[in-house]
Amino acid sequence: MKLQEKLISSFDKFGKSLNGSETDSLRKLRAEGIEVFKAKGFPTTKDEEWKYTPLNKSIKHDYDLADGFSSDIKSEDVDPFLCTGIDSYKVVFVNGVFNASLSNITSQDKFFVSHLKDAFEGKSEIFNKYYGKLADTQQSMVALNTAYAQEGAFVYVKAGTVVDKLIQIIYINNDSSRAMMNQVRNLFVVEDRAEVQILERHQSLSDESVFTNVVTETSVGNESHFKHFKVQNDRKTTTLVDSTFVKQGTSSNALVDTFAFGGELTRNNLHFEFAGEHAEAHMDAITLLKGNTVVDHHTFVDHAVPNCQSNQLYKGIYDEKSKGVFNGKVMVRRDAQKTNAFQQNNNLLLTDHAVIDTKPQLEIFADDVACSHGCTIGQLDDEALFYMQSRGIPRKEAKAFLMFAFAGDTLKNITIPELKEQLINLVACELKVDLELNEVNL
Amino acid sequence: MLKIQDLKVEIEGKEIIKGLNLEINKGEVHAIMGPNGAGKSTLSAVIAGREEYEVTAGTIEFEGKDIMDLAPEERAHAGVFLSFQYPVEIPGVSVTNFIKTAINESRKARGLEPMEAKDLLKLMREKQQLLAMDKTFMSRSINEGFSGGEKKRNEIFQMAMLDPKLAILDETDSGLDIDALKIVANGVNKLKNEDNAVMVITHYQRLLDHIIPDFVHVLFDGKIVKSGDKNLAIKLEEKGYDWIKQEIEA
Repeated sequence: MKLQEKLISSFDKFGKSLNGSETDSLRKLRAEGIEVFKAKGFPTTKDEEWKYTPLNKSIKHDYDLADGFSSDIKSEDVDPFLCTGIDSYKVVFVNGVFNASLSNITSQDKFFVSHLKDAFEGKSEIFNKYYGKLADTQQSMVALNTAYAQEGAFVYVKAGTVVDKLIQIIYINNDSSRAMMNQVRNLFVVEDRAEVQILERHQSLSDESVFTNVVTETSVGNESHFKHFKVQNDRKTTTLVDSTFVKQGTSSNALVDTFAFGGELTRNNLHFEFAGEHAEAHMDAITLLKGNTVVDHHTFVDHAVPNCQSNQLYKGIYDEKSKGVFNGKVMVRRDAQKTNAFQQNNNLLLTDHAVIDTKPQLEIFADDVACSHGCTIGQLDDEALFYMQSRGIPRKEAKAFLMFAFAGDTLKNITIPELKEQLINLVACELKVDLELNEVNL
Repeated sequence: MLKIQDLKVEIEGKEIIKGLNLEINKGEVHAIMGPNGAGKSTLSAVIAGREEYEVTAGTIEFEGKDIMDLAPEERAHAGVFLSFQYPVEIPGVSVTNFIKTAINESRKARGLEPMEAKDLLKLMREKQQLLAMDKTFMSRSINEGFSGGEKKRNEIFQMAMLDPKLAILDETDSGLDIDALKIVANGVNKLKNEDNAVMVITHYQRLLDHIIPDFVHVLFDGKIVKSGDKNLAIKLEEKGYDWIKQEIEA
């Protein structure tokens, strides 16, 4: 049976298995989700939004949807994929199931770092207020997730609170006997004047195919600061579809940083919406690919109110036969005067077979705004490579220097030194060099 | 130290060097002079290993070894240094990080451990002073936004740090005012000793007032057509290149 039919036909059984343990409103959300998915199915390249990124290869595997996957895992298996050297809260999922022994969650008066099932029981008021309210459930991948998702990370920060440590969320998949499809879901609620930083990673430890369809809903309150770092550096047998929705209050500042280095296919749908004025949204990304990998970044920034600012900086380096897509849409609605919206997409193609499709889209209906977009596609500068080689720096290292110099400014919004260092090391590791890469002081 | 025999070089099917012979021994300073398009910069790039140039005949030996098959970095590790006529701007790579990597890669090639950070810092300070360079240089991106003089000083600074056996200075005097020229020349002279050698490629004689050559060669249409001592450079400055052209044609 095709995956699409399997997902649709399995839904009744799934609903029964829940055995009335969920609220009516959640049951209704699920039912609506499966209806949308039934009507739309998996997106195809006939959909304008999916034109450059065919899912057909990813959905041809016979994924197992049922739970009951092994949860046999040791902390040594997970550690290499965590940011180390700093104290952090950890929310660890193994094959889609929350793993308490590997996690370090907290339930305090001021904030709550946990998982969805816990939220559903202990923080049902917050859960009901936000869950399913920020995501666009008319998108078929979001609808599919809404139908099936049971687990994921939950972070709730009360007004006026600064979360003292980085929160690390890691989804480990390690069942080596079956291909697996996961519907996981994050909910982050940050009230007014609060601050939190989150690192999210999806990592497969087996060679079986894994399809992760993750949805994240984030509400950022007035005057709050929110940072979300995503590390996408999974095995060549994985597909990741990530739909992230951020809604920001007045004078808030939100950042989503994406480090897309691997996986067979990665699709990011990043959606920002301003609910109050004087808010700032930042999106930075490094895409560093080789082999046959594909990464598609779709961003949508909705300027519906005046005086907000959005900044997108997407840098891509494509080696071998890899392929990238950047489609950045900025909507400036009629009332959104004094909007500042900037979008930059710079790409390096290292071979004749690497491909980038880049498409900036600005739709501006207000008349007093500052908006810009730019994209570049280039190669490494031979003259600069020869210059460095002539000083004794081998070609591979010289290339790494140039590539890091090209992409390094996307790291500017990372303020936790240990995190920055480890992300830089990850870049160096991807470039296969043992170099001390660092940012130039300007 | 450097022995070039019957060298012929093409780029995109066009022959630039047409049978060139040159021998440089340790302790010597050689000046290569010649009009535009004679092949001076091609010669320096070929010695340093630039791949775009195709060597169609002849040999280049460095310290008795054929270096034709060596990559540019391997030639650098062997002790060849090329100071660029147009040093390349590399935004995002600091002078410090660059020079540290260059030195340690060279040490690695010779089986040595990386240089201790404090030793490196001390050496950098010393060479900075030699070239009268500002401390802030070190944390800036290489050559980015540098003035012409700063770029050339940065080249000689790197030369001082890397301590090559053969330094090729390609039009190092171009774009320099007289004060900067003196600083650069003084730097080169201080680095000069009886175990290394310098090849100065220049259009004009004025750099040779400060870096005194033992030999002067005139490169014309891809060949060395005349060699002499420092007086040849003075004669070229006075009379231009036309008399040489006439001499050849005669």
